[in-house]
Amino acid sequence: MLKTVKILYHQGKQFIPDLRKARVPGIFTGRPEISLAKVDEKALINCCPTGAITAAPVSIDLGKCTFCSECVRLFPGKVRFTTDYRMATNERNRLIIKEGINVSVTLNPEIIRKEIHKLFGGSLKLRQVSAAGDNSCELELNACGNVNFDMGRYGIEFVASPRHADGIVITGPISKNMAGPLQMTYDATPSPKIIILAGTDAISGGIFAGSAAIDRSFIEKNHIDLYVPGNPVHPLAFINGVADLLGI
Amino acid sequence: MSYITISNNQSVPSGTIPVMEYSQFLDMMIALTDNHPERHCVLYFGYREKDSVHLICCIADDLQHTIMISSSVVKKESVLNSFSARNISFEKFEREIHENFGIGYTDHPWLKPVRYPENRADRSSVISGYPFFSIGSEELHEVGVGPVHAGIIEPGHFRFVCNGEQILHLEIQLGYQHRGVEQLFLDRKKLIERTTLAESIAGDSVIGHTTAFSYLWESLGGIVQDEETLFSRTLAQEIERIAIHTGDLSGICTDVAYQLGSSVFGRLRTPIINFFQEWCGNRLSKGLIRAGYNPFPFNRELAGRLIEILDAFEPDFIEMCADISRLPSTLSRFERTGMLKYEQLLSIGTVGMSARMHTLDRDIRASHPYGIYSSLNHIPVIKHHGDVYSRVQIRKEEVLQSIGYIRTMLKKIPESATSGRIDPVLKPSTFGISLTEGWRGEICHAAITDENGELLIYKVKDPSFHNWLALALAVRNNEISDFPVSNKSFDLSYCGHDL
Ligand code: SF4
Repeated sequence: MLKTVKILYHQGKQFIPDLRKARVPGIFTGRPEISLAKVDEKALINCCPTGAITAAPVSIDLGKCTFCSECVRLFPGKVRFTTDYRMATNERNRLIIKEGINVSVTLNPEIIRKEIHKLFGGSLKLRQVSAAGDNSCELELNACGNVNFDMGRYGIEFVASPRHADGIVITGPISKNMAGPLQMTYDATPSPKIIILAGTDAISGGIFAGSAAIDRSFIEKNHIDLYVPGNPVHPLAFINGVADLLGI
Repeated sequence: MSYITISNNQSVPSGTIPVMEYSQFLDMMIALTDNHPERHCVLYFGYREKDSVHLICCIADDLQHTIMISSSVVKKESVLNSFSARNISFEKFEREIHENFGIGYTDHPWLKPVRYPENRADRSSVISGYPFFSIGSEELHEVGVGPVHAGIIEPGHFRFVCNGEQILHLEIQLGYQHRGVEQLFLDRKKLIERTTLAESIAGDSVIGHTTAFSYLWESLGGIVQDEETLFSRTLAQEIERIAIHTGDLSGICTDVAYQLGSSVFGRLRTPIINFFQEWCGNRLSKGLIRAGYNPFPFNRELAGRLIEILDAFEPDFIEMCADISRLPSTLSRFERTGMLKYEQLLSIGTVGMSARMHTLDRDIRASHPYGIYSSLNHIPVIKHHGDVYSRVQIRKEEVLQSIGYIRTMLKKIPESATSGRIDPVLKPSTFGISLTEGWRGEICHAAITDENGELLIYKVKDPSFHNWLALALAVRNNEISDFPVSNKSFDLSYCGHDL
């Protein structure tokens, strides 16, 4: 007993006091910033592994970006990463970062379904479906519930059964072999329900986009309530995105 | 003898690999591995050559620090005698060859689909129709779980045959995570695309897989790494090991409802992965390892931070480990749970920490060293009971060992990388193979180039490919409620297996 008390004492306070304002340590690769500097645009577009960069104006699609830093390395005066983890939004277009514009990505309040705050504002239970996720986003979603991030303080929690859930969180590019089980999990979740895409692979297929082994028809035919970019998503990006969606 | 012998990270003209008649090939591979615990098959695969399939088998010898390679060419619709009937450790490799190319085996004990790849030979076989072993008894019952599991983990379907609470048999069906990784390595031509693929093979083993990819790429391109790059990669590998082992100890405590251990190990992992973020911008170290150069050379400032973090980590980690070894409530769930014997581990070809839990010494860091492991004089941590507790102890001791290695390494940090960035041009008609010891165990990447230096085939093997069967055997005669903790103590990869 005494030993246990000693361990508890040694832990101190581990939780991050304010998840809405927390800063990340080090050189986190968060939202990129694109300057107006003139560069060889064709070469810039070409260096990207996932086709996230387009011209006129030069933009990076966070839904496709794997945060590999290749563009930053080759065009340091043009692209840089900020430590801003606020990258989640509910409107696919808002994930496109344009040159010369340096503001956080936010949700579009106009298109948040009204029932979301009313029904889930105090408590949101989520079922996670890893649909060919590489286990990096899965690890980070697990971390959302640990003693550091303690997402549970907002009533947001992952649950074991879709029957107990208010929505699903998808990670991974969705393999053909997971398309069926994903649909079954979604169907087993009672309505009204939400869909969150966590990570670049889920949002666009990432590096797997175009692979014959994936099937993204689920994304095409359903309304997506929240996109959280990242490779993997950072717990703060996820928690803040969901909190914004719930209107907390 | 008709094989060539190479060492880890070496590449050779593909034409120098002997091609043998199949029955001789079979006899030789069995002779090489039977009664030789120091040898095992690291990779056995096929690739299409017109109407034929070219089979290549790579056997590693841990005492000689070498890899023996031979090959055979067989017709596409052949029905062959299996290696597996004589040495069961080949069973998964042959199932893969069967699934990909439609090659039949007369005497394979368990010829079932492995991962339902997009380009499988038999398109009529679908994942929802997997042929489970069925017991057909009125007394026994079957329990199916998955593919979508209760926690935040990857999918797989587990079918238990139980007598009441007791597990008689467990069959693990995988393949749900198949993304076409090996095919994409061929389809995507840019190095950055292929590196991103390597980083996405298993997000919990980013360093292990990307390092194997990079060494292979550099060997195929004839590039020699500078000292700083070797140093950084080795350091990163040990940090990854500390992070995942610590996180898994948290998960193991969760599965026996030991809340304190779960929380403490969970939070101890945080500063370790945050250090990766300080180093390269990403908590799971994506972006840190690149073929041809080192984008994030390690420096004194980072060394100072790492020492600070480890100094704070170590006493709390040791204290928490002492607690789980002291409490009857945790020990009673760990000891004699999920047990395997040495003979079983050897026969099925188990690798990595899952082998070292019961005297089977398999550790690439010692047997086929890369990076700067030779200078660390690595001695693998070996346990003797093959149960959950052995796996807990291995994780604990390996974490402390890795911390020791890092402290030694940080005493002498090499000067910053001198060479600039090189995009290696691959040598034509060349075969290369790379082995690394990820935290799970042996990771293997191999490739063959064509006459233009373009990739002809790219093969990846995660240690999980060998080790899933170990989990299935370990839970026999256990209570079904002990399955989660057994499973977590192995913590095998789904996407690394499914590819
Ligand atoms: S960081 Fe993003 S935008 Fe830049 S090259 Fe990588 S994937 Fe493309």
